[in-house]
Amino acid sequence: MAQRIDVKDLNIFYGEFRAVADVEMAVEPRSVTAFIGPSGCGKSTFLRTLNRMHEVIPGAHVQGSVAMDGVDLYGADIDPVAVRRQVGMVFQRPNPFPTMSIAENVLAGIKLNNKRISKGDAQDVVEASLRGANLWNEVKDRLDRPGSGLSGGQQQRLCIARAIAVKPQVLLMDEPCSALDPISTLAIEDLIAELKSDYTIVIVTHNMQQAARVSDRTAFFNLAATGEPGRLVEIDDTATIFSSPRVQSTEDYISGRFG
Amino acid sequence: MVDKGASRLFRWTATGAGALILVVLVAVAAFLVLRAWPALTTPAAELTEKVSWMGEATSLLDFVGPLIFGTILAAALALVIATPIALGIALFTSHYAPRRLASGLGYLVDLLAAIPSVVYGLWGGLVLAPMVKPVWAWLNEYLGFIPFFAGTVSPTARVLMTVGIVLAVMILPIITAVSREVFLQTPRLHEEAALALGATRWEMIRVAVLPFARSGIVSAAMLGLGRALGETMAVLMILSPGFLYSFKLLEAGQQQTIAANIAAQFPEANPLGVSALIATGLALFVITLVVNMAARAIVARRKDFSGAN
Repeated sequence: MAQRIDVKDLNIFYGEFRAVADVEMAVEPRSVTAFIGPSGCGKSTFLRTLNRMHEVIPGAHVQGSVAMDGVDLYGADIDPVAVRRQVGMVFQRPNPFPTMSIAENVLAGIKLNNKRISKGDAQDVVEASLRGANLWNEVKDRLDRPGSGLSGGQQQRLCIARAIAVKPQVLLMDEPCSALDPISTLAIEDLIAELKSDYTIVIVTHNMQQAARVSDRTAFFNLAATGEPGRLVEIDDTATIFSSPRVQSTEDYISGRFG
Repeated sequence: MVDKGASRLFRWTATGAGALILVVLVAVAAFLVLRAWPALTTPAAELTEKVSWMGEATSLLDFVGPLIFGTILAAALALVIATPIALGIALFTSHYAPRRLASGLGYLVDLLAAIPSVVYGLWGGLVLAPMVKPVWAWLNEYLGFIPFFAGTVSPTARVLMTVGIVLAVMILPIITAVSREVFLQTPRLHEEAALALGATRWEMIRVAVLPFARSGIVSAAMLGLGRALGETMAVLMILSPGFLYSFKLLEAGQQQTIAANIAAQFPEANPLGVSALIATGLALFVITLVVNMAARAIVARRKDFSGAN
């Protein structure tokens, strides 16, 4: 189910402005890759190109290639909608659909993909996905209540359940814990550790301890100055990045000397 | 909490403005009841004798019943025609059209609201009616088994169906404008959640935009319905009136609306006649209240799921 991603010569634009320049990296399957870097360095922008969510902003486009198991996601005959069904995403702020119940939220993606699903299958998917997101025990008695009635941490786990319900190849997480308290953060981090046996996970985080805790590989992004494009400085095993990075600016950043 | 200076001034101004609405509403209701009272209390036989245009009606209730029926039928017809079109325009301008085209189109729709209803009446009677005549004849011939299209099709097309179209055009701007604003307020987060799950643009609208806008759409439709219920001039100028409980939309001399009837009879009414007309106005007032309360009840039923919490 999990697949590798190869990014080559990727340049990302908002209209004329080049936001991210010349990214080359490989994301390994069944592992957690963390993106760290100062604000505005383009790590979230880059993350959103991995499921073609970048281009929902008018004028946004990319040059270069993002290949999932050898297939270029930006190929001429590739439908962005199909890409997003393969690559799930969890956002910075929990965003369950407020007009849907907890169960309906979990099933939202499936209802889009194949309209008909038997009631029994639906219940199985809801339970499996909520168990997968470590939320089942907390919500099993109120599956028909609105998802917006949950706490922030529960809502975020509901969003993860919604994302994994469609069994994606890759799971993207854009600062999934930045709006959560420490206990909820811990719950999500534990969940990420469990999910990586099934999924390729890419996570953007501002919290370097979090990157160190959850990820196998870490990529450091930086930008030379405001108005300059962000660049990938280096990517390596997380242990290496946090102990002996090859580039001086990485060491400066992780040791708190800037950013 | 103690307010001081400007803060207190503002508080009382705002409270006053809120209270003013209630005062106006009560004043209108009181006026209607007071002035309708003579007609309401006069015995039916005396009333029908003194008010010549009540025709064959045997009591006030008998007179106002078909008018209420006609009013609701005309407004419902307009709503059924206008709502899907208005939602289509609103969705197009909020989620499909390029920004420049969207603002131009929005401006054009708003312009429709600036046309006086007497102009709509002229247009409906002189331009639209001759144009739709063959269409009504066709509907009557081939779909005549549907009660709405049954009967003898009018040769002038001054029928409720034509009125429904004109009313639909008149309420289109308000429904479009209100629902467009609501669609634009859909949180970006929810739209992106749908897109990230692999929704196409239409699926995103179905999953994120429409459910979020549900109560707003109902409000928009109710505003439109309110206008259609009370519209006078256009109905008066187009419709060939009748006082029947009739669903025949294509036959002349079947229905009449309360507002148009008041305008038609008022100039020649004697004091008791005026009172009877005001009684029909009271009925219209009650209908509007009930419609609005029903709409609120619909919106409130799924309050937990509205996204407001």
